[in-house]
Amino acid sequence: MSSQAEPSAFRMMATLTVAGLASGLLLVGVYELTLPIIERNAARALQRAVFEVIPGTTQMQRLVDRDGRLVATPDAQDDDAPAIYVGHSAGGRITGYAIPAQGPGFQDIIKIIYGYDPGRDVIVGMQVLESKETPGIGDKIYKDEAFLANFVALAVEPAIVPVPEGTRSEPNQVDAISGATISSKAMVKILNAGNERWLGLIPEGDPWTAAGAGAAEAVP
Amino acid sequence: MSPQSPPSFDSAQAYAEFVKGLWKENPVFVQVLGMCPMLAVTNSAINALAMGAATLFVLVGSSFLVSLLRDYIPKQVRISTYIVIIATFVTVTDYVLKAAAPEVHRELGAFIALIVVNCLILGRQEAFASRNTVRMAVADALGMSAGFAFALFCLGSVREILGSGSLFGVALFGPNYEPWVVMVMAPGGFIMLGLILLFFNWLRERRLGFLRAGAPGSGRG
Repeated sequence: MSSQAEPSAFRMMATLTVAGLASGLLLVGVYELTLPIIERNAARALQRAVFEVIPGTTQMQRLVDRDGRLVATPDAQDDDAPAIYVGHSAGGRITGYAIPAQGPGFQDIIKIIYGYDPGRDVIVGMQVLESKETPGIGDKIYKDEAFLANFVALAVEPAIVPVPEGTRSEPNQVDAISGATISSKAMVKILNAGNERWLGLIPEGDPWTAAGAGAAEAVP
Repeated sequence: MSPQSPPSFDSAQAYAEFVKGLWKENPVFVQVLGMCPMLAVTNSAINALAMGAATLFVLVGSSFLVSLLRDYIPKQVRISTYIVIIATFVTVTDYVLKAAAPEVHRELGAFIALIVVNCLILGRQEAFASRNTVRMAVADALGMSAGFAFALFCLGSVREILGSGSLFGVALFGPNYEPWVVMVMAPGGFIMLGLILLFFNWLRERRLGFLRAGAPGSGRG
């Protein structure tokens, strides 16, 4: 225990200053050490998601919306503008676009990424990136195989509509999960909003391979 | 718990400081500290263990430093200094976990950062590390955090078994098991914690009953 005498104000300030300085230095060091690893993890997770939602993809390019035009912007670090991703197969053929989208679910914002095939005008895959939907109920939006099967070839025109479980008959319909209607409807809403936001910007054909420069190689 | 004991007793005393946190003064079952992470991240066994490990790192690191510096920290600013030390360890844990195990970090989310306000940690600094030798402080911190991790694991494994029908992600009961969904949600945490506290208090009472046969059951302080 320290002595009973009141220490000087200077001593108290010095103690806190030294503690703060040492803590700050240590944290800067740890931050600098871990940042590259954290960013590589995030990039890898994003890439895995893109490759998953557009089947057959082996390369991806980041496309940023610049005043209504999609521009290939290789590095995510220069800006945090909204972006989608175009995928190419090993043979250089365009496989589709991966579109991140989000919207309110039952508990919190649901973040997803889905694959769109412009040739067939259908959604070809979907992955939930972040969700706090109720375990066992709303979390079926990413755990229930039957629900995920909705997104293998889902027409985007006319707008996607949810229908009661087991009654899907049109290509633009989604079989909702019984008991998790709110989460199912939220997913449809998120997809429609994503389509409205991005599909109009996607150009005909494949202008991206010619540009070439921005093609992101697979992260090892 | 005397701060200065003869060196020959050191090992025995360090051992005693370590063991008391496991059971006799278990931070959860006896002191009922750290309830926020206890309820929030125990929906699976693996989350519970990850939180236990993170808490162990922070508590042992903080107790070591606080005990080492106990003669240099004026007592008027001790709490602020402890908080700086604890917060530093918590932030280091946060970054390292994010880099090394992003999936675990995503599951635990904000609760890693919230270790800083776990009263178990500040409590051990104020009650123990600031008035004991480094060796005793580390022994105490190891015992307390092991006891905390044990309690988290008890709750986490029971909730995962009932709520998801699995343990460490391995399904236990086959596809026909209908999970008790409530167990992995917040109410299940409260219910299960209550039951576990009841069980451990019953054990204590029973033991006390043996020790003082015939004496009327007294509430604990």
